[in-house]
Amino acid sequence: MTYRNPPTTPRKSATFDDYTLSEIRRAAATGIYDIRGAGAKRKLPHFDDLLFLGASISRYPLEGYRERCDTSVVLGSRHAKKPIELKIPITIAGMSFGSLSGPAKEALGRGATLSGTSTTTGDGGMTEEERGHSQTLVYQYLPSRYGMNPRDLRRADAIEIVVGQGAKPGGGGMLLGQKISDRVAEMRTLPKGIDQRSASRHPDWTGPDDLEIKILELREITDWEKPIYVKVGGARPYYDTALAVKSGADVVVIDGMQGGTAATQEVFIENVGQPTLACIRPAVQALQDLGMHRKVQLIVSGGIRNGADVAKALALGVDAVSIGTAALVALGDNDPRWEAEYNELGTTAGAYDDWHEGRDPAGITTQDPELMKRVDPIAAGRRLANYLKVMTLEAQTIARACGKNSLHNLEPEDLVALTIEAAAMAGVPLAGTNWIPGKNGF
Amino acid sequence: MPAINVSKALDQSQASRVFDLAEMPLRELNQALHDLTPGSNQTAWEVLNPKGSHSVAVGVDQPVTIDVRGSVGYYCGGMNDGSSITVHGSAGPGVGENMMSGTITVKGDASQYAGATGRGGLLVIEGNASSRCGISMKGIDIVVHGNIGHMSAFMAQSGNLVVLGDAGDALGDSIYEARLFVRGKVESLGADCIAKEMRPEHLELLQGLLDRAGVTGVKAAEFKRYGSARTLYNFNIDNADAY
Repeated sequence: MTYRNPPTTPRKSATFDDYTLSEIRRAAATGIYDIRGAGAKRKLPHFDDLLFLGASISRYPLEGYRERCDTSVVLGSRHAKKPIELKIPITIAGMSFGSLSGPAKEALGRGATLSGTSTTTGDGGMTEEERGHSQTLVYQYLPSRYGMNPRDLRRADAIEIVVGQGAKPGGGGMLLGQKISDRVAEMRTLPKGIDQRSASRHPDWTGPDDLEIKILELREITDWEKPIYVKVGGARPYYDTALAVKSGADVVVIDGMQGGTAATQEVFIENVGQPTLACIRPAVQALQDLGMHRKVQLIVSGGIRNGADVAKALALGVDAVSIGTAALVALGDNDPRWEAEYNELGTTAGAYDDWHEGRDPAGITTQDPELMKRVDPIAAGRRLANYLKVMTLEAQTIARACGKNSLHNLEPEDLVALTIEAAAMAGVPLAGTNWIPGKNGF
Repeated sequence: MPAINVSKALDQSQASRVFDLAEMPLRELNQALHDLTPGSNQTAWEVLNPKGSHSVAVGVDQPVTIDVRGSVGYYCGGMNDGSSITVHGSAGPGVGENMMSGTITVKGDASQYAGATGRGGLLVIEGNASSRCGISMKGIDIVVHGNIGHMSAFMAQSGNLVVLGDAGDALGDSIYEARLFVRGKVESLGADCIAKEMRPEHLELLQGLLDRAGVTGVKAAEFKRYGSARTLYNFNIDNADAY
């Protein structure tokens, strides 16, 4: 009888996990990096790592379903003659026509208008669907300047100068040729079917001093009526916020690395930028240091999913949040009803992110006429409105429990963190302690 | 004796308006220009003492003439849509940026990004232009009597850039469908930009542009044409060395 050592359980490397191995094989087979949409998918410190304390003796709660909790917000009160007034502090982030189908853009407009909030254009310029159905529309002034013109500037309710976005601070984009329909090509002044590259930087200014002059130009063109937002990817939130304020912005928009994109390199999405949670306190600190907190409004986006996220972001000092990916899901993207078709594309509902390929079974991130028929703009708009209503009610419920008669009265003191990382990033105590890592040098 | 039409007389007296920026703020000038309505009698405008002011006459959308007596700063005539602006001096960065239609003439030199992202109209620079002239142009026609700097027509999508003098480094880098005509020397061509055959239709097009820009004594045949090799229109990993 021979003695055999007992077998050990096969062990896969935590470093070379199944996903990493598949990426190496894919890179070796194709010679090109992976391009996809959406934001960072890796686990990051997030709002889930914070908890509200609620009221007991030291705080006095408000009665749910009885006592009022205000949700309205005014954006652009610093310089604009016509600031934006929204009923809820949740806006729809910029997503371009071209990346999204016409019916999807219309649905966003319908849903936002029903909810008393704004939508935002994108790299493809302003469409009639969107202007016609969005009561409040923010017009993005982008590095690519596709379809940019002064007539649309004047038809907008605010102007958002996009310097960067959370999924790719410092990066441009590429809309692959298969999504370039006749209409998209015409709007972008390029031939049909070629890859349309979105620039990573504005062609006619280079730094904060130039930005200040650019903002002056946009104000002059629009007779100082429209609020000017400046949107940056969450990379250096303290300095970028301070410089945006210095340049004259009415509103600063910070997009954390969970913020989505239409298409860029996976390695970029997952490795550049900072988590949304890590961006908020430095941005608020910059505003406070300049004496501009609440005078220049702060919008934060990137991975906002529910009313708790909204309430936590507001408690940390922002004036409003913005949603992109969540809004697409509310419209019907990644819905399990299309599971068979997602499977044919080599993925599954909930993981589909090849939005740039134009084959979205849900008909949302496509220019295919047959697929886009699957979006009923009225019904999808209603779903978005329902979702926004739920988020707002959830945020109000939490705020009342913290004794606040306005969402904007939430404050860092209402929060604790579950992890040291989140406590350090958010600048709130670790639960059960009065320790804020990094505060006072500890 | 016929009655005097007072309102008509007033209109005619306002046909030419002079704005002295040494005495009036820029905001008043731009607001007055934006308040113009189609058919207005106020068709001639004069701007005195610009002294390098930024955003002079931006966003004008009526077919008026504007003479700026002196040099301007950034973005003069930005997004112009139909007016004819003449700068009797030099222009700072971004003159005529994102112009839609109309004409802008700079009698002196222009700084960086002249005509950037312009979608239509004609920009004439009678002196030299600096770097990035016509960057990301999207339909505008630009005629430069002198030389242009480096990275001009970078990512130029459509329209025409005419240079009577020389062009700097990396002309037309990553160019799409814009046409570049250079009479002098080109320091170097950017990625995907190549010299192209000058066919009769190009000679005709160029001659028309020279005529519109008031260029005399120069023949279209003296220019070389440059445009896209179209090898980078769709990303291919085998072309990665070009980036």
